[in-house]
Amino acid sequence: MGILEHIIILTLLLLVAIAITRLKDLLAVVMLMGVYGLLSASFFVIMDAVDVAFTEASVGAGISTILMLTAISLTGRTVSPIGHKPVLAMILVIITGGLLVYATLDMPYYGLVDAPANLHVSPRYIHDSLHEIGIPNAVTSVLASYRGFDTFGEVVVIFTAGIGVLALLSVPSPTPQEDTNEIKSQNIAMHHQHLVLRVISKLLIPFILLFGLYVQFHGDFGPGGGFQAGVIFAAAIILYAMLFGLNTARKAVSLPLVRLVSALGVLLYGSVGIVSLLNGGNFLDYNVLLPDPVAGQHIGILLIELGVGITVASVMIIIFFNFAGRNGHLLNNQSRRK
Amino acid sequence: MMILGLYSYWIVIALMMIGLYIIIAQGNLIKKIVGLGIFQTSVFIFYITVGKVEGGTAPILAEAYSQYSNPLPHVLILTAIVVGIATTALGLALIVRIKESYGSIEESEIQEKDNPKC
Amino acid sequence: MEIIISWLGTLCLFAGSVLAIISGIGIFRFPDFYTRMHAVGVSDTLVTGLIVIGLVLQIPDGIVIVKLLLILLMTLLINPTASHALAKAAILSGLQPTLTKKK
Repeated sequence: MGILEHIIILTLLLLVAIAITRLKDLLAVVMLMGVYGLLSASFFVIMDAVDVAFTEASVGAGISTILMLTAISLTGRTVSPIGHKPVLAMILVIITGGLLVYATLDMPYYGLVDAPANLHVSPRYIHDSLHEIGIPNAVTSVLASYRGFDTFGEVVVIFTAGIGVLALLSVPSPTPQEDTNEIKSQNIAMHHQHLVLRVISKLLIPFILLFGLYVQFHGDFGPGGGFQAGVIFAAAIILYAMLFGLNTARKAVSLPLVRLVSALGVLLYGSVGIVSLLNGGNFLDYNVLLPDPVAGQHIGILLIELGVGITVASVMIIIFFNFAGRNGHLLNNQSRRK
Repeated sequence: MMILGLYSYWIVIALMMIGLYIIIAQGNLIKKIVGLGIFQTSVFIFYITVGKVEGGTAPILAEAYSQYSNPLPHVLILTAIVVGIATTALGLALIVRIKESYGSIEESEIQEKDNPKC
Repeated sequence: MEIIISWLGTLCLFAGSVLAIISGIGIFRFPDFYTRMHAVGVSDTLVTGLIVIGLVLQIPDGIVIVKLLLILLMTLLINPTASHALAKAAILSGLQPTLTKKK
């Protein structure tokens, strides 16, 4: 019976992808991308990949939709039609697809226990994880301890993306006097328009932040961990900024502090590795952090997940504030050119 | 039987090719980024399908279960999802700056502004 | 007694799924944005409620019931707000409801 659900969801994914190709309105395309992300998250749950499903639902169906919506609000909503028919592209794509299908005829069938992917390193991780590291979630133990280098690289990549967006899109923040006037006029206008939304979000934002903290610290015992928690935390701040105005949100969450904190997360991760070196082990070897190796693993994983969560949350907040703050800059520039 | 066993790989290839087609054939820059996202997600689906074990459960160790799905592809795809969103954010920032400099995000109009003779 | 509760749970799950399909058909058949909002907004909350209650009746285990009821509470708060936000955005951008039958 598991195979029936997985065939249905894959067919739905294919239909959504074909619909995205044919649409001319970018808002509809972004909404369908959100649907695509949510369908793939359900597919990952059926494939027993609960951590991945959590990340795809929060990142792919949440933050990605918000970023694309802010981008199309800055660049425009419609797609101009192409003059000619892209026949060459279609032929190339069909040939490549045919060759790939021919290559899959050699692959092992879905779900076999003795497929080569399940035979070499993974049984060792599954057998030894409980007594070497001592946490139930095998994905967190592989991510944070056995393959800690890759996760370090990933955190640095997120930090680099934050720096890149800051370099491309940052706007000088307004002076305090302009700021106060802006806040007063925005507050009066938005309070009547968005009364219901403001009341409900004031109720919900503390729970969203609390849920983010829960996901961060329970990553050892169930699905969760640093990435998902960082994204959920950033989503709460983004909700506040959307409903109460960007200037009010800048006062609540001071941007220089957020920029400092994003670098502190990467520094925390690297320092855990350096402390392991100073204690006589290899880089990111948690066994030497404390006298008892299993306790050392626990504290190593806790600290690096904290570093990951802090960096991801602050980078997502930086990216959103820079995209949304660019709106006024574009209008100012156009009026100056005229 | 072969169709049931290999169906997921064929759907993954179809999604990859749709993503590739959108990147090559569409002129709008944001739609190209959307095509890139479809391509990335299809690769994630491929890896996670390879890691599934029939009769296994999610890789959270408990005494009641003995057969687990493979945790290694899950770790790789977790990293890949987050790197994907980082590159998408950077790509969208570049598109916003291109719009401000050239006034349009259609590939043909940008090329005309760069190379009027072409 | 447990069998009756388990069957009641299955009945709730089944009723929720059938209602979801009906509201999906409603999106196609209704003529206008606001009537479609009505089809989806009202029945989505009811469907989620029925499915969560069906799951609670099927797994009478301690902490799982608390988590499922929290999900139900959050859905009851968030779904109507989202429908309100969509309808308000439509009215404020000028979309008028169709009040007469087009011939």
